[in-house]
Amino acid sequence: MTTHTEVPVSGQRGAGPVATRREGQARKLWDKIAVRIFLVAMSAIFLLPLYWMFATSLKSNEELGITPPTLIPESWKWSNYVDAFQAFPFATYFGNSFLITILSVIGSVISNVIVAYGFSCIEWRGRDKVFYLVLATLFIPFPIAIIPTFDLFAWLGWINTYLPLVVPHFLASAFFIFLLRQFLLQVPREHLDAARIDGANEWQILWRVVFPMARPAVAAVAIFTAVGSWNDFLGPLLYLQDETKQTLAIGIQSFRTSHDIQFNLLMAASLMILLPLLILFFAAQKYFIRGITLGSFK
Amino acid sequence: MTATTEATGARRTAPSRPRTAWSPREKSNLTKGLLFISPWIVGTLAFVVFPIIYSVAISLTKYSGMQSPQWLGLGNYTRMFKDPVMWTSIYNTLFYSGWAVPIGLIVALLLALAMNRNVREVAFYRTALYIPSLAPIFALSFIFIVLVNPGTGIANQIISLFGGEQRDFLGEPTTAKLVIVAMAQLGAGNAALIFLAGLNNIPQTLYEAARIDGASAFQSFTRITLPLLTPAILFNLITGISGGLQVFTQAYIMTRGGPNNGTLFYMLYLYRNAFSYANLGYASALAILLFLAGVVLALLVYQVSRRFVNYEISA
Repeated sequence: MTTHTEVPVSGQRGAGPVATRREGQARKLWDKIAVRIFLVAMSAIFLLPLYWMFATSLKSNEELGITPPTLIPESWKWSNYVDAFQAFPFATYFGNSFLITILSVIGSVISNVIVAYGFSCIEWRGRDKVFYLVLATLFIPFPIAIIPTFDLFAWLGWINTYLPLVVPHFLASAFFIFLLRQFLLQVPREHLDAARIDGANEWQILWRVVFPMARPAVAAVAIFTAVGSWNDFLGPLLYLQDETKQTLAIGIQSFRTSHDIQFNLLMAASLMILLPLLILFFAAQKYFIRGITLGSFK
Repeated sequence: MTATTEATGARRTAPSRPRTAWSPREKSNLTKGLLFISPWIVGTLAFVVFPIIYSVAISLTKYSGMQSPQWLGLGNYTRMFKDPVMWTSIYNTLFYSGWAVPIGLIVALLLALAMNRNVREVAFYRTALYIPSLAPIFALSFIFIVLVNPGTGIANQIISLFGGEQRDFLGEPTTAKLVIVAMAQLGAGNAALIFLAGLNNIPQTLYEAARIDGASAFQSFTRITLPLLTPAILFNLITGISGGLQVFTQAYIMTRGGPNNGTLFYMLYLYRNAFSYANLGYASALAILLFLAGVVLALLVYQVSRRFVNYEISA
């Protein structure tokens, strides 16, 4: 503090403490109330779109046309969900999305853990310099890769298969390497040395010693890969052509154009797509929060 | 493995060894290290190095993806600077980023400061504010079409409640962009959690010391909170800008780039050139320009962070 703020004038001192304390408490109380009002209002704003999605999904076609719109559906038309499910091949697309997501998560966890181990638990010359390269690639705008990788996958004959959506996850990603490395650097070196003295090789140390200890970070990688893969829009848009191979993200678009938009069904379908992510979030909330904050500090 | 005990003992004296000498152990560690990072090496060659080289090459040609590329030299680049649609897309993208990123940072910071105020039910707010970040952009786009719909949309209901005139927000170039800016704020929960973690890392003793020195709340904020939050600010700024420059899905779904190219963002224009107009050469030139912008931005961020970012306290 370079400021030389004047200390409260000494004349007040006599009567001061009691009055200021009461004043302070009142201010603290008011503070808490103001903070809560702000947070409740913001939470309401943030949840409103999702609530509106839910409310719309339950309205009948007639109710959708009413102005002003009803805030709570008059009759809860759960059958919209059945209709949405049947309006497009929901089950097939769900299965496709699920398969792609699971394979991506497996690839992402395995590859990123292996690479992060190489950047944190083995001492080799030049390691940290190479790691700067990893960080540098974080800054490269991904669009530059769209056309070249499209051609690359076309040469490999991978268009209209799931390989372009899954295989890249098996080749690690800069952000997840960074995130896991942060965590693995905290694994006590004594554990590694002890295992090495016991004759374990690096591969065994990775899976038997380090992996179990890194579970929270691994969970974060798995979760973020899953969310990204499930919500991916551009990937399936570029690489999947057969209608039967589509994922939910793209499948729901055809639903939108082929029926002159029935918003109640569209919202029902969107919510069914969101539901698995919500379940994942509530089941693994602490890993989400931990993962978000783990990656942000150097 | 007989050498292990010796090696662990010898490691402490290692610095005295000349740097150029490679012990067998060092050689074997190098091999192991490279073997472990080999997935990243392959991935970087395939998805970073190859794309850059290939894009540069293709950007110098006329290439439809069907016939073999025809040499054009710098033709695509000169065309780019005379292309009014490209400038429109750049304007739209900068307009979007210029509003969405600063507003996003401020909203996230306010949320984090509020959540940091020892409110008991903080877990509830954290959850409520984060959930929209999970929702896929296409789903949020659908719901925003409904929310800003002229006539039945809730946004227009609120406007007419205050006596304003109803508007077709997605029907005008500027308001359509602003709708997408507003939609982006739903992702602020993610950045807010990062700020919150940053705030938790600031030792309380600093604030106490400042209070004893007679600092006002505002002074504590500008002299302690903000400087020590710079790593988090930098992180959120980088992710914000790079996301802003790549905005795509919202416009693809909600407005298809319209009205009157009002939401034709750079990425959408690139995508159309590549996959709708089969101008892969031109699209590659656009990608190279974006790449260069990214490099300049990275250098800028690096300079700024060396000067302003304070890594001392944050763990």
